[in-house]
Amino acid sequence: MKPVIQMEELRKRYQIGDQEIQALRGVSLSIESGDFVAIMGPSGSGKSSMMNVIGCLDKPTSGEFYLDGYPVSQAHDDELAEIRNHKIGFVFQNFNLLPRTTAVENVELPMLYAGKPARERRERAIRALIEVGLEERLYNKPNELSGGQQQRVSIARALVNDPVILLADEPTGALDTKTSEEIMGIFQQLNDAGKTVILVTHEPDIAEYAKRIVRFRDGQIVSNEVVEERRRVLPEVGKR
Amino acid sequence: MSFLESLRVSFRSIKANGLRSVLTMLGIIIGVAAVIAMVAIGEGTSASVASQINGLGSNLLIVSPGQATQGRVSLGAGSLNTLTLADAEAIAQKESVSGVAPSVNGRAQLVWGSSNYSTSLEGTTESFLEVRNVQLAEGRFFSNFEVKKQFNVAVVGTEVVSNLFGGSSPIGQTIQINRIPFTIIGVLKSQGSSGMTNNDDRVLIPVTTAMSRLTGGKNVSAIYVSAASAEVMSKAQADTTATLRAQHNLRPSESDDFRITSQSDILSTAQAVSGSMTALLSGIAAISLIVGGIGVMNIMLVSVTERTREIGIRKAIGAKKRDILRQFLIEAVTLSLLGGVIGIILGIGAAVTVSKLSGMATAITISPVLYAFLTSTAVGVIFGVYPARKAAQLKPIDALRYE
Repeated sequence: MKPVIQMEELRKRYQIGDQEIQALRGVSLSIESGDFVAIMGPSGSGKSSMMNVIGCLDKPTSGEFYLDGYPVSQAHDDELAEIRNHKIGFVFQNFNLLPRTTAVENVELPMLYAGKPARERRERAIRALIEVGLEERLYNKPNELSGGQQQRVSIARALVNDPVILLADEPTGALDTKTSEEIMGIFQQLNDAGKTVILVTHEPDIAEYAKRIVRFRDGQIVSNEVVEERRRVLPEVGKR
Repeated sequence: MSFLESLRVSFRSIKANGLRSVLTMLGIIIGVAAVIAMVAIGEGTSASVASQINGLGSNLLIVSPGQATQGRVSLGAGSLNTLTLADAEAIAQKESVSGVAPSVNGRAQLVWGSSNYSTSLEGTTESFLEVRNVQLAEGRFFSNFEVKKQFNVAVVGTEVVSNLFGGSSPIGQTIQINRIPFTIIGVLKSQGSSGMTNNDDRVLIPVTTAMSRLTGGKNVSAIYVSAASAEVMSKAQADTTATLRAQHNLRPSESDDFRITSQSDILSTAQAVSGSMTALLSGIAAISLIVGGIGVMNIMLVSVTERTREIGIRKAIGAKKRDILRQFLIEAVTLSLLGGVIGIILGIGAAVTVSKLSGMATAITISPVLYAFLTSTAVGVIFGVYPARKAAQLKPIDALRYE
């Protein structure tokens, strides 16, 4: 299998005032298509910087990074925007849905920037929302939805452009245990269907839903292990 | 993203923030409405002034006696009695002149039966009708023959008719003007007032009769000259000057003992006055437009800060710089334009209301409407670019992290 993510000696430095912060100190990592990887680490370990680089929200200071074979390190801002649009599906801790905008319109947004025609957008957005079990909440606005429902909308939004990776940043951070389990069930189903999932979290129980855990400390990878006793959510829980 | 989609995104955002959008537009609305209303009032005033001046007569030159000076102190216009009927006849010979109406003025006490009425009296000739642009409502004007023979005939204004005759036709009636009997042969068509004088409140009699029987003396108080056409106005003025100098035997070293005012002089003075008034009014209005524009920028900047997170989300899921730039620019322009359109409607409404309530003349012309429309668009672009650029340049990670 060809790697979806290939990183060689990746470094990221920040300048905050006089202080130089080395967020990533030579990270080499390769993630195969169809994998489910949890990135863990305490705060300040570099996992957020890692997630920003993988998500093409930020460029590495040095090193090579290929996303789906595309050299991201040299890309311009607009190219990065296009990569984010086509190859990455984001799921955030606080959902990051547009307020005062219906679920369908939120899910349509990535296709809007991809230049898809209005009818196709609407059809695909509705299909994506049905897939995450929100067929009865299509025209509700975020403030009319529960946390779990909002996170489902954002998963639908992440999937709608059929990205090569699903990048979830603490997706259960704002949810209770039961809802967290449901959301993780959705991720596992998507992964079972072949989608590459990358999960950034600091919660060990959540990380155990993944196939593999990559641990960060001080800007470097300290371990990269397969999860021995993987937690599985029964399919019917995920489907609700 | 296509332009149409940007437009839809912007409209949705304007609608989603209803109150804020209205408040933003308010500045533009007031500015544009002020421009339109002020210009309409200004133009209306100057148009009505111009029509009043044109109502004086067509291609009119007014010859008035010069000023006498006594010990270097001017005694004011008319202090010299230099103009005569002979002067008027001499001017009338000129080709550039189509009509000459000499005039003497005074007050007169009119008596008919048991009622009496005081009005202004003007002695003139048949040419008065043409030169002063006056029409008759009833009857006829006195002829040259009647002028020559000093007939006791009179033509009265409508005000006199209503005051003295209670509105019934006065034709053929004999009235006493300063105790001398006159037969009324005509009634002037109502002209309304021009400035301070009421053109309907007067009585006209042959100039010869007036001079010999009422005002006395050999001099006329003014000579109204009508040029043959607008093109020969300056020639008519030169001819009149030359004729009068010859008539008065003035040596080249002597200055004129009369003064000629042309209608266009009065018109241009009046227009300069109302023009500067319009400029002043529209200047004030333009300032309020600029203030409105700054209001738009202000709100757009607040909006960018307030929606930093939204911008972050949009960027994270694939919005390019130009998508964000376009969205915010369209929002600013739409707000300004919408404000402009509402302002135009309100401005026209205000102008119409003002003219209805106060009777002040207003003229709504297309140019201030266009100007206001273009300005409000320009305001939107100029004051929208900075906030829009600021939004477009936000980094997605910073914008997403913004609380």
